[in-house]
Amino acid sequence: MNLFTDVVIAVLILTNLRLIASSRISACIYAVACQGVLLGVLPLLVGSSHLMVRACALSGVTVMLKGFFFPWLLLRALKSANVRREMEPLVGYTSSLMIGALLLATAMWFGRQLPLPVPAHSPMVLPLAMFNIMVGLFVIVSRAKAITQVLGYLVMENGIYAFGLAFALSEPSLVELGILLDAFMAVFVMGITIFHISREFDHMDTDRLTALRD
Amino acid sequence: MNFGRLALPVLALALAPLLPGIINRTKAVIGGRDGQPLLQLYYDLAKLVRKGAVYSHTTSWVFRAGPVVGLVSAVAVLAVLPLGGTSAPAGFSGDLIFMAYMLGLMRFFTVIAALDTGSAFEGMGASREVQFSALAEPVLLMALAALSLAARGSGASLGGGLFSLSAIYSHLSISTWMRSGPALLLVAGALWVVFLAENSRIPFDDPNTHLELTMIHEVMVLDHSGPDFAMILYGASLKMWILGALLAGLLVPVRSGNIWIDTGACVFGLFVLAVLTGVVESVMARLRLTRVPQLLVSAGFLSTFALALIIWS
Amino acid sequence: MILLLVFLPLVAGLAAWFIRSNRLRRLLLIAVALIHLGLTGLAWIDRPGPVFSGWLLLDDLGLLFLSIVSVLFLAAASYAVGYFQREDWGKRQDFEDGFLFTNAREATFTCCLLFFLATMSLVCLSQDFGLLWVAVEATTLASAPLIYFHRHRRSLEATWKYLMICSVGIGLALLGNFFLAVASTIGPNESIPMIVGSLIANAPLLHPLWLKVAFLFLVVGYGTKLGLAPMHTWLPDAHSEAPSMVSSLLSGALLNCAFLAVLRGLQVCTAAGQGQFAQEVLLGFGLVSMTIAAVFIVGQTDFKRMLAYSSIEHMGILALAVGLGGAAYFGALFHAVNHSLTKAMLFLVAGNILTAYKTKSAQEVRGAVKFLPISGVLWFAGFLAITGSPPFGPFLSELIILKSALDQGRIAIAVAFLLLLSVIFIGMAAIVLRMCQGTPVLESTGESLQVETSQARRAESALAVIPPLALGLGVLVLGIYLPPALSGLIEHAAKVIGG
Repeated sequence: MNLFTDVVIAVLILTNLRLIASSRISACIYAVACQGVLLGVLPLLVGSSHLMVRACALSGVTVMLKGFFFPWLLLRALKSANVRREMEPLVGYTSSLMIGALLLATAMWFGRQLPLPVPAHSPMVLPLAMFNIMVGLFVIVSRAKAITQVLGYLVMENGIYAFGLAFALSEPSLVELGILLDAFMAVFVMGITIFHISREFDHMDTDRLTALRD
Repeated sequence: MNFGRLALPVLALALAPLLPGIINRTKAVIGGRDGQPLLQLYYDLAKLVRKGAVYSHTTSWVFRAGPVVGLVSAVAVLAVLPLGGTSAPAGFSGDLIFMAYMLGLMRFFTVIAALDTGSAFEGMGASREVQFSALAEPVLLMALAALSLAARGSGASLGGGLFSLSAIYSHLSISTWMRSGPALLLVAGALWVVFLAENSRIPFDDPNTHLELTMIHEVMVLDHSGPDFAMILYGASLKMWILGALLAGLLVPVRSGNIWIDTGACVFGLFVLAVLTGVVESVMARLRLTRVPQLLVSAGFLSTFALALIIWS
Repeated sequence: MILLLVFLPLVAGLAAWFIRSNRLRRLLLIAVALIHLGLTGLAWIDRPGPVFSGWLLLDDLGLLFLSIVSVLFLAAASYAVGYFQREDWGKRQDFEDGFLFTNAREATFTCCLLFFLATMSLVCLSQDFGLLWVAVEATTLASAPLIYFHRHRRSLEATWKYLMICSVGIGLALLGNFFLAVASTIGPNESIPMIVGSLIANAPLLHPLWLKVAFLFLVVGYGTKLGLAPMHTWLPDAHSEAPSMVSSLLSGALLNCAFLAVLRGLQVCTAAGQGQFAQEVLLGFGLVSMTIAAVFIVGQTDFKRMLAYSSIEHMGILALAVGLGGAAYFGALFHAVNHSLTKAMLFLVAGNILTAYKTKSAQEVRGAVKFLPISGVLWFAGFLAITGSPPFGPFLSELIILKSALDQGRIAIAVAFLLLLSVIFIGMAAIVLRMCQGTPVLESTGESLQVETSQARRAESALAVIPPLALGLGVLVLGIYLPPALSGLIEHAAKVIGG
């Protein structure tokens, strides 16, 4: 069982690698979709046994939203935006990868430093969460397209979500659903905004949104 | 037992040229061609050895030394190379570094010989070779470090044998896989990338291309001829055997204690690896040169991650 | 009744989406604003009990902020009705860059406005940290379409920055929430519920290191929404591009909601004995925000952006005051009230000036007092109020904060505070006085004076003038006479924070 968890976590980390190394937006969206599905499976593996029904429901909703609905929405936005499908990153792929490795090392180090009041279910979940958050932030600042920034936001959100899983935190389910709903609405609104941006500007490069400044 | 160990280098020397043959046969079968015979490299070597060598006036002794040093370094590595669970005849603590440096020496002389010709093409190939191997070498070392840690975890008293390839590989067993499977899988992925890159296979380099502009390894040896070229080809196949053995020893964790079964399984693994390489070459195209470093860095990421995973658990 | 505060605007918002008649929808908007204010007023008299096992509860702190939200919403809603009436709904030309654009549907806008009210009320009511997070994030999502009311490039850019920066920031606040949850884990499968009250009650059991980290993340996260420098970058863009009543709500109500979220974190920290650390953090952020605001206000050319930076300044003052603690808690909360009323009024007046002059450039507006008799005077009065001149409310609250800094012997902070305030006063005076004085010189002089005068009359319709006038009177009254009911509430709320 533990081995299986480790495999899932390793693959999750590799999806991040895929995200920062890929040059095609659609590939990145698939990577994030894959991440969503795996993340949905995770509560079943690390969750405590007495809340199985809740874990199942939560995992179902997560998989549906993060694994299928968000990617579908983003792919649709990508299609309707009708822009170049290349990433055009501000930081090159090779440098991105090196930074990614650095972030991973930092995440691992952090994971070791933080003293936990309770032992987590898998020692790897905490570094995974930190890594996801850092990669998400990195993608947001280093990729110029609106849609990739949304991807970065999603990855960051995934990381935070994974952190919650790490301790099987006893958030009331209502709040958990609320958090999911908020993420859902955020991506939805962002998707609509991307659509408007691409229609209004004929591109969706956020580094070219510079009309407002001091 | 000792006799069996001594047989390992002999086995390598005899069977190494078979690997390119297997790769080419696989490609031929998949492509629906008749293709070269399995033993083509043996015929080529025999033919080349019988020929005379031609040397350019502009070259110096470095050019002549290149192939010799290359071959000798590869043979030297064979002395410390375990095959699966079978330990090498001359394994010692730290031979891991010895292997990396011997391969480095081999590369250095290939490169310097290529530069010695003063040809622009060779210089270009040399530059690429050095660039890519600078990225591939850390990957290799990192992967081996991960393996050594994983093997240490198996509880056997290794003592000073932590840096010995033989010790590492003899402790990699099914139970190691059970314990840190994901990490070992990542290491295997990284080693696979190194294997393809260092042996100049697709997707890093196309051994069959006729465009000097896009070649890496083949372009460096354009000026070598006759026995020199034979040494280079033979050395290259030995290098493939060496790196392949590192990968096959990891992927085929048969450690029965019986030397024949263990060695046989590993050799079989090597052949399967060659077939796989052939399949990859049939279904993939060569990468754009600018993408190559990216793939190598990804491999580095994999091995670092694996190392971290092993340290962790 | 607590539920009604949230669900009434929510349901009304849904209904507004479907109502076809403009009249009916506008009526609904005003009605909801009035009822909401009425319910809030009732809560002053008879405080409703907790709902959902304490998740929703109106404590003194919540009630104070809820009242601000409610009052401001009524002002903004009535202003909005006037705005809808005078707005051109067809295609028209942008006055800055000259491209054509349209507005969002009025129904959509009203719907989002009401949702915005619902989510802000939820922020004031929620006691559970998770629910609080959900509510704050929801305010972002509900207000994003409001900023994109004028459908053109600049507003779109502002909306995108707002969405992205705030979502990421609030994501960090969620992480802070999880850290807090870790801090509140006291044993295997046993933890303190994430409700403010129970966390405070069990404060000594909280893990101190995790609590500190959690508070840092909460401050950075909610601070993004609060407009604390250096996470403030979305704020001037969003405030300057949104329609004026939305700007006034963003600045007066939304920022306060984020401030409330930070205060909730502070409450827990103080109870757990980490108040010193938390206050130092807030003090630092406050000073940095005031400095950044001062730098950008001096020489600002866009008067709506000037107001936005002024908001950053005042959020800095709030953070600073809370950082000082003691008597400054009272000052901070009083200042929150004053700032909300004043800033909302200023933004509404800025809308009138914008309608009349068709420019946001402070350079091109001259003679506002002559051209727009009411708005011009209000603009000037508002400037005096917001920079802390007597006899307005902000003067009093800033004085209290200054006094408590001096009482604590923190001379350096008091000097910095005064220095920054005077820089901002001078910077704003240079802009505002120039706008108010002189003769109205419009770009199209002479022949089209008739049109311009009608433009001015349009800008000064009853619904455009009464809401800011009422808010301005409120600020003036607070400066002269502080009603005991309000001061009592603020005192209680200050006790809630101070522990």
